[in-house]
Amino acid sequence: MENLGLAAPEMFLLCAICLILVGDLFVSEERKPLSYGLSQVALIVTLILTWWVSPEEGAVSAFGGSFIMDQMSVVCKAWILIVSIGVFLYSRDFVNSHRITNGEYYTLALSGVLGMMIMVSSATMLTLYLGLELLSLSLYAMVALKRKDEKSSEAAMKYFILGALASGALLYGISMIYGATGSLHFDVIATQLAAGGQGSTAAVFGLAFLVVGIAFKFGAAPFHMWVPDVYEGAPTSVALYISAAPKIAAFALAIRFLVDGLETAHNSWQVMLIVLSLLSIGIGNLIALAQVSIKRMLAYSTISHVGFILLGILAGSQQGYSAAMFYAITYSFTSLGAFGVILAMDRMGVEVNLLTDLRGLFRRSPMYAVVMMLLLVSMTGVPPTVGFYAKLAVLSAAIKADLVWLAVIAVVFSVVGAFYYLRVIKYMFFDEPVEPQPVLAPMDVQLGLTINGAAIILFGIFPGLIMAACAAAFGL
Amino acid sequence: MPILSLIIWLTILGGLLTLFVGDQRCRMTALVISILAFVLSLGLYFGFDNNTAEMQFVEFAEWLPSFGINYSLGVDGISAPLIILTTFINVIVVISAWEVIKDKPAMYLASFLIMTGFMVGVFAATDSILFYIFFEATLLPMFLIIGIWGGPRRVYATIKFFLYTFLGSVFMLIALIYMGSQADSFAIKALHDLALSSKAQTLIFFAFFVAFAVKIPMWPVHTWLPDAHVEAPTAGSAVLAAIMLKMGGYGFMRFSLPIVPDASQQLAWLVILFSLIAVVYIGFVALAQADMKKLIAYSSISHMGFVTLGMFVIFGIIAKSADGVESGHAVMALEGAMVQMISHGFISAAMFLCVGVLYDRVHSREIADYGGVANTMPLFAAFMVFFAMANAGLPGTSGFVGEFMVILATFKANFWFAFLAASTLILGAAYTLWMVKRVIFGDIANDNVAALTDINQREKIMLGLLAAMVLFFGLWPNPMVDMMHATIENLVTQVTTSKL
Repeated sequence: MENLGLAAPEMFLLCAICLILVGDLFVSEERKPLSYGLSQVALIVTLILTWWVSPEEGAVSAFGGSFIMDQMSVVCKAWILIVSIGVFLYSRDFVNSHRITNGEYYTLALSGVLGMMIMVSSATMLTLYLGLELLSLSLYAMVALKRKDEKSSEAAMKYFILGALASGALLYGISMIYGATGSLHFDVIATQLAAGGQGSTAAVFGLAFLVVGIAFKFGAAPFHMWVPDVYEGAPTSVALYISAAPKIAAFALAIRFLVDGLETAHNSWQVMLIVLSLLSIGIGNLIALAQVSIKRMLAYSTISHVGFILLGILAGSQQGYSAAMFYAITYSFTSLGAFGVILAMDRMGVEVNLLTDLRGLFRRSPMYAVVMMLLLVSMTGVPPTVGFYAKLAVLSAAIKADLVWLAVIAVVFSVVGAFYYLRVIKYMFFDEPVEPQPVLAPMDVQLGLTINGAAIILFGIFPGLIMAACAAAFGL
Repeated sequence: MPILSLIIWLTILGGLLTLFVGDQRCRMTALVISILAFVLSLGLYFGFDNNTAEMQFVEFAEWLPSFGINYSLGVDGISAPLIILTTFINVIVVISAWEVIKDKPAMYLASFLIMTGFMVGVFAATDSILFYIFFEATLLPMFLIIGIWGGPRRVYATIKFFLYTFLGSVFMLIALIYMGSQADSFAIKALHDLALSSKAQTLIFFAFFVAFAVKIPMWPVHTWLPDAHVEAPTAGSAVLAAIMLKMGGYGFMRFSLPIVPDASQQLAWLVILFSLIAVVYIGFVALAQADMKKLIAYSSISHMGFVTLGMFVIFGIIAKSADGVESGHAVMALEGAMVQMISHGFISAAMFLCVGVLYDRVHSREIADYGGVANTMPLFAAFMVFFAMANAGLPGTSGFVGEFMVILATFKANFWFAFLAASTLILGAAYTLWMVKRVIFGDIANDNVAALTDINQREKIMLGLLAAMVLFFGLWPNPMVDMMHATIENLVTQVTTSKL
């Protein structure tokens, strides 16, 4: 209890959420943009606080050891907050023009961020579960924000039911592991299992349920069914939210459970993750080929990228974890930019839904086309963009773990994936526009997208900047 | 002075600058930058020490310490000539685009400059991952060049180009990472010294083979090349043929041969077989083409067959000459392959530019649409006939030197290989000269040809420079051969030293 200050960022964010929620009720309709401004300020202050309380080195815990602040949580939290700032920036005009209630969008999104921060910092299974549920409940509600839209409600319903099932599986797994080790603390579980030899049967049994839960939250095949429907049905700004920061949180979820808690059972979960990873990379890339809706295409592409993140985790080495972390972080801001461009094009009721809607973007607004191209190239994994180093890091971890065959399959599918990314570039650059007028976006969104695109190249030339932080997070 | 970094970053940043100065001033900017890069690269020739096989102009900086990847550059006898070729062709490209490209010229020139930077990086990198990064990075500019400024089937051609090359190179990436983790270093030098088992060598050989065979390209993975060449804008075809294909040949010499010498020896028959098929079969295919660009594209594949033949026939030569006493012929085969690569860089670029000159005026690449061009464009006809002769391997042009060296050395390995290879000198002459006959000579075929105007000052400079190079290296190849001699002797030693 002596270290309450360690949770200062979370506490501040919680207060800010309450303030915005209540304040929003009393603010007149014309001054609604206030919630946007306050939310951004809240995120920035939280970011500063996170940096403020971060320990110099090693890990510090609070709340009787159930809340932990280590290097990994600092880096993950920082990126979750930075990505969320971008999410809010790109969503602002969409939220306004599509008459989504301002206060609800921002408070829900902020509580999702709070949930992610708690997940990242949890040191017991229950804290983790609490954070996860806070995130999930916010997401369910956000998907349904377009109340009158059938697709939106349907997506929310599907997401909620499947999500509840996955949470149930996770809880069941947690109870099994609690039963096997008698503790909720990851460090105690780890020592218990290490002492008891190769993990008791009950723990491995519980592990299977944990992996199901993790795979669902990640959106890894074969637990990916909700992903395309939710991406398509949810308001684009919400799809943007789901595709970006929660991937970092899901990474932390996996690391906390599988590495902090159950690393001794590595042999057991490695096989499970190999199956998940192969299926995700394969199904994601193959089905994405057949999509005509850009949101569904990005959904399947996310699934395939999740496969790569899992590939890093299953390597089971510090290098692999840091590679997966690097992948999750870079993917989240790549995805942020891609949805950002779609959102920027989506205005005055002209919804961007089909891939062909991007036709001739290069002739209309070269800047957006170039940014989008860089993002797609990064997703393909072609240098000199940051996506290449993410793949390089993950593949080299897998190869060091003697999984060369897995790496070969992964790269072959990434060539398949190259086709659908190239097809989008083709629409943007080689085709004539259907409507000639340029895309208009406010200055700050333009600036954000430019920074986003530039970051893809900058981190592509100096990947060491993020990579060093990821390596440090795992004591490399 | 870090010449290599200067060339690479001058062209890349210069490319961005060209983009920003706008469509009005981009041409002059690009020209100045490309000439500056060429002049800088000449420093590589004048400062080059011919007597050592060690890397020269070495640069080193830590880049990704957690992975052991470094920004390390250097050149030896096989990379320095290729870099000079690259920067030279870049100047020609800028001249060729001068008033021809009207749609977004700034972006066009910027793509070429940036791509030149990457290509120089490919030849200069002494770290294998850095090599791979540059190798892959060249794809995107070329993808856009073909896709935006290309012909009617450009989308198909450019996606095919990208996917073929990408698929080829990902296996190489796996092989590089695998060896990097074995050797604990990604330096190419460390990979040269890495001991590998027979099985690992075979797998790695195929990983490299797929990457470089697609790039160079060899039969049967050559099909992207005719499409890409036909659809690419003139300068795109020129760079593709002159430099990008050489990245494959360079890869064989830098990676396949020294890193997996035993597997290369065991599988040399496969490469030789494919090379001979390329030389003979593709030669016949070229004969049947009705499209000038396609004909030159197939002729490129056939010429690259000579290159791969020269590279892998050395094992036969060494086996024949007992105990490697006479490695001179092996050296000659490799030098022939190198000379052929450089000379093909000039000749194929020139041929594509010649077609471009005609295309700019008539907007057709079909041989049947021409005839009697010599009557209206005498000066151009002279140039085209000269380059065609060089393409056919006429003594006195650079095209002759490389082919002759390869054939001569091949005789030492196997008479029939050499016989097959040599017979295509006739085939090459047949398809090239027949095309020239139909396009240049005869009576004026139609009104389009009658209305042709002869080449202007800009085109004279462009073709004149290339003709001078072809003639110079045809008559006096020594400067080039001397430069690469020590490196290639060292390479032969490496190749003959078993790693098992």
